[in-house]
Amino acid sequence: MDTTLLVIQVLNGLQLGLLLFLVASGLTLVFGILDFVNLAHGSLYMLGAFVCASLTYALGNFLLAVVVALPVVGVIGYLTERVVARSLYARDHLDQVLATFGLILVFDTSAHVIWGPEGIAVPLPDWLNGQVALGSGLEVPTFRLLIIAAGLAAAGGLFWLVNYTRLGMLIRAGASNRTMVSALGIDIQMLFSLVFALGAMLAGLAGMLIAPITEANIGMGNSIIITAFVVIIVGGIGSIKGAFIAALLIGLIDTLGRAFLDDLFGLFMSSAAAENSAPAVSAMLIYLIMALVLALRPQGLFPPKVR
Amino acid sequence: MPTMSKRGWITLVVLILLAVLPPLFYLGGQAFYLDLATRLVILAIAAVSLNLILGYGGLVSFGHAAFVGLGAYAVGIPAHHWLYGGWDAIATLSGWLHIPLAVGVTALFALLTGLVCLRTKGVYFIMITMAFAQMVYYLIVSIEEYGGDDGLVIDSRTELAFFDLDKPLQMYALCFLSLLVALGLVRMIVNSRFGMVLQGAKGNPERMATLGFNTYAYRLTAYVISGAMCGYAGALLGNFTTFISPEMMDWHRSGELMFMVILGGAATTIGPVLGATVFIVLEEVLSSLPHPFGIYWQLPFGLLLILVVMFIRGGLAGLFSGRKER
Repeated sequence: MDTTLLVIQVLNGLQLGLLLFLVASGLTLVFGILDFVNLAHGSLYMLGAFVCASLTYALGNFLLAVVVALPVVGVIGYLTERVVARSLYARDHLDQVLATFGLILVFDTSAHVIWGPEGIAVPLPDWLNGQVALGSGLEVPTFRLLIIAAGLAAAGGLFWLVNYTRLGMLIRAGASNRTMVSALGIDIQMLFSLVFALGAMLAGLAGMLIAPITEANIGMGNSIIITAFVVIIVGGIGSIKGAFIAALLIGLIDTLGRAFLDDLFGLFMSSAAAENSAPAVSAMLIYLIMALVLALRPQGLFPPKVR
Repeated sequence: MPTMSKRGWITLVVLILLAVLPPLFYLGGQAFYLDLATRLVILAIAAVSLNLILGYGGLVSFGHAAFVGLGAYAVGIPAHHWLYGGWDAIATLSGWLHIPLAVGVTALFALLTGLVCLRTKGVYFIMITMAFAQMVYYLIVSIEEYGGDDGLVIDSRTELAFFDLDKPLQMYALCFLSLLVALGLVRMIVNSRFGMVLQGAKGNPERMATLGFNTYAYRLTAYVISGAMCGYAGALLGNFTTFISPEMMDWHRSGELMFMVILGGAATTIGPVLGATVFIVLEEVLSSLPHPFGIYWQLPFGLLLILVVMFIRGGLAGLFSGRKER
């Protein structure tokens, strides 16, 4: 394998990992604070992509569309919390899984009604559509670098929000002991709604960032939500730091596994056998890791300190 | 005759209707309804198997569709080799291989994954069962010989001693009898000492452990029985549809099985059958609405799912029960 390919695949893995983090961080916040399993979180990722696609055509500018689409998705998340999720906090996880499974059907079909069955391509402005030269003979699409930068910025912003602001302090307090927080006179319902909306915006942002590459399409939420669950379980449910590390880990392992596992297998088995087994193993790799982590460290790699 | 509870009557009526109506429709020239009922009964068996661990054992398996898929491929793969050669040891249409293979493979899969899954609880259990199902899904997708993503056509159905599965009525008879056996089996298990421990461990695992029961072993046994029963349902489904694909193991399918159990009423005998019935009927009615409503049938379906979870505690069977029964 040559270095150029390796660098490009590492960048791809990083990009996937950061997108996964954007989806998983909302999921882990909602789970950690509200003890709520939200299967429909992937639908917010999908809605982000569709809303952004429509706005890109309406406003004629992708970046402007992202800025406008973010609050739209936040409002959708807020309403979801008020109308459906709120009445399910006291229920067991089974009820939550089923109800949010129903939400997926509602969101997916609504997207089908509004945007039709076909995917929608999202055009990029010219300056984002080109390639950037990194060193000699190594060219990377500009937009992929933007995704990585935006993902890192969002992750940094979230760390700052959670660790250094009053809202973040309340979020952390709510995750440790929500009864105590509400006893101190904090409007805990409002806090929950905000957390939900924040999670929705993060997931929506991930959808908006990937849309120019993959198109906005109806199945996209369902493919990422399961991987995002793998991320938060490997990272430790409720831990943002855990979600960040696990997301990068899973993103890199998944991407590099798909790219290089057949070469790796080829070192110690016949190339035919390697070619046959590598796709299967690389597709299962992240689930194998999750099963391994759960078997050895059921609380995940970085469980939050107080639960 | 001992007095029968209200729910007992419901059970009897539902089963009699299932036994009589579909064949009558078929004989009256409406073959479509027999097809629908066959699918219903097969899914009911899968739901009954899930109910054993989810309803009575409190183990929320989010990967039960994997057992359905594995059972179906245990029919499809030998049939594939019988036609196209290779793997002589399993290349046959004989039910003496297909059925034990489906049950054995799924039991083994349940045992191996159960060993790991049952060490976790709560949402971790939900997610790890799902993860194992995804692994099987991707495994099958990546095997090109068996069609991968595109699925596999089963050209010849399983050959059984007493049933000719190419005849729709006999196919239905086998499925319905299997459902009766599955219901009886689960009821027997639940009322046995084993079942008592399983239900005790659902309510209060610490107490059962303190009483000296190895709840892990009990749960594992129940998980294996449930998986094998579901694998059998998968073998029936493969024979019925004669087309199998990894899509059968998608996590949506696992969610639908859970919905059937909850909708009908978890931890009740007839609940999963009621759930599967309502599910199939709704799917059929909603998706055959006039265009353009038919293609958007999942919208009302999803809303209904949310409403059921929010407002109908105890499922449909719960609606029919007196206070004493729950």
